[in-house]
Parts: sequence; structure tokens; C-alpha cells
Amino acid sequence: MRIPILKLHNYLLISIQIDLDDQTAIQFQEDLLSKIHENGASGVVIDLTSVDIIDSFIAKVLGDVVTMSDLMGAKVVLTGIQPAVAMTLIDLGIHLQDVPTALDLEQGLIKLRQELEE
Amino acid sequence: MDFQSCVNIKKEWDIVGARQLGRDIARKIGFGTVDQARIATAISELARNIYLYAGTGKVCFEALEEIDHKGIAIIAMDNGPGIQEISQVMEDGFSTSGGLGAGLPGVKRLMDEFDIHSEEGKGTEIRVVKWLR
Repeated sequence: MRIPILKLHNYLLISIQIDLDDQTAIQFQEDLLSKIHENGASGVVIDLTSVDIIDSFIAKVLGDVVTMSDLMGAKVVLTGIQPAVAMTLIDLGIHLQDVPTALDLEQGLIKLRQELEE
Repeated sequence: MDFQSCVNIKKEWDIVGARQLGRDIARKIGFGTVDQARIATAISELARNIYLYAGTGKVCFEALEEIDHKGIAIIAMDNGPGIQEISQVMEDGFSTSGGLGAGLPGVKRLMDEFDIHSEEGKGTEIRVVKWLR
């Protein structure tokens, strides 16, 4: 299964709408980095509104993809993390402290613009 | 116990299958969305441990019904190599797989009860319970 990555000007938009298995998550990591490389994207929004479970593995993949994109010069913002997911992550002991987040897609795009000073 | 069902863990996709079934059972018992997420996440961690460290095993669910409270028990069983130092795997940040090391201590925090039995060379059985509040 592949997660679609949409291009909007110099941003990439992703909305994850499936129950993520490990393989799909890893595949997504690779796909996103190649897309950033191909398009020279400066910002990425990953919307998690439809994701109802983030376990330690998926959290690691998401945290890593933020760091990896940053190394390539693209800022990533995670948006739409559900209340139940936020509570579960803290119970698990996962804080994702250096990961930029926003309430929804719209706020995410505003945050990206601020970070990139556009 | 009035109901038990199991998911065999053989391939990576079974981790998703186990947590989806567990979540369905939790919803039927009456758990709210936050506890459903906690239960499904705990199942995901337990099933992944089986897949990573034992290769195969199974995750079973039991709907618990006592006079004054209801709950769900999740039992993760494998015949893998077992765990040498249980106290070590219960430490936050300890990992042999390059993961976050949040697995078992995280599962313990997500659930209300946590029991682990492991014998080297024979396997591991972990039973966790969440009660409906």
C-alpha cells in the first residue's frame, strides 16, 4: 500500500487515512524523501486526522522522517493528532518534543509559512 | 470469562489484524475512544514484540465480566527465546531492536494490570488487563 503525496506549490501534503502497518510506514518514509528531492519542496504537512493509533514504531518512523526531511532542508509539520492518540503517546513515554505540530491542515500551512518566513 | 478469541502472529500485517480485532472487542465491551486507543496500542506493542523476537506466536482476547466491573484481558504468547532479564526490558529506553524502547514499560502504563512470565528457550507469556471505569 502506498500513501499518496500531493504537491502544492513548493509544499507537499500528505493525509494518512489508513491503519498504518510497519511496511507502509517505512515505504512512506522513502517515498516522502524522494519526493522532497524530486520537487525541491521546502515544506511538508503530514495530516494525521484519520489516524487512530500511533504505536512506538510508527512514532519512531514519523519522528525520524521529520529529522530526515530537516537534514534535506524541508520543514515538516504534523497536524490533526487526535486527543486519544496524544494521550496514548504520553502514556507510552513518547514526547516527540522536537516535532512541529499544528491543530489542523490550515494551521499547519500557516506554521510552515512562519517557519520558512515566506 | 465468557468469550475468547485469538489472532496468530506470523507476518507483519498480523500486528494490524490483532489491534483491529482487539479494538472491536474493546468497543463492544463499552470502552470509550481514548481507552480503545490505549488498548489497541498495547496490542500493537505486544504483537510486534512477538513478531520481532519470537517470529511467531499469538495474541488472545478475553472479555472479563465480574459482578461489579467489566474489562478486557489480552494475552500474548510465544515459544520464542524468552527474556533473560525481565527487569531490563521493563526499563524505559531499553531496546535490542533499535526501537524507542517504549514497548513493555509503555504497555504497563497503558493498561491496569500487567503480568509477565518468561523462560529462557521456552517462550514468553504476557497478560494485561484494562478495566472499564
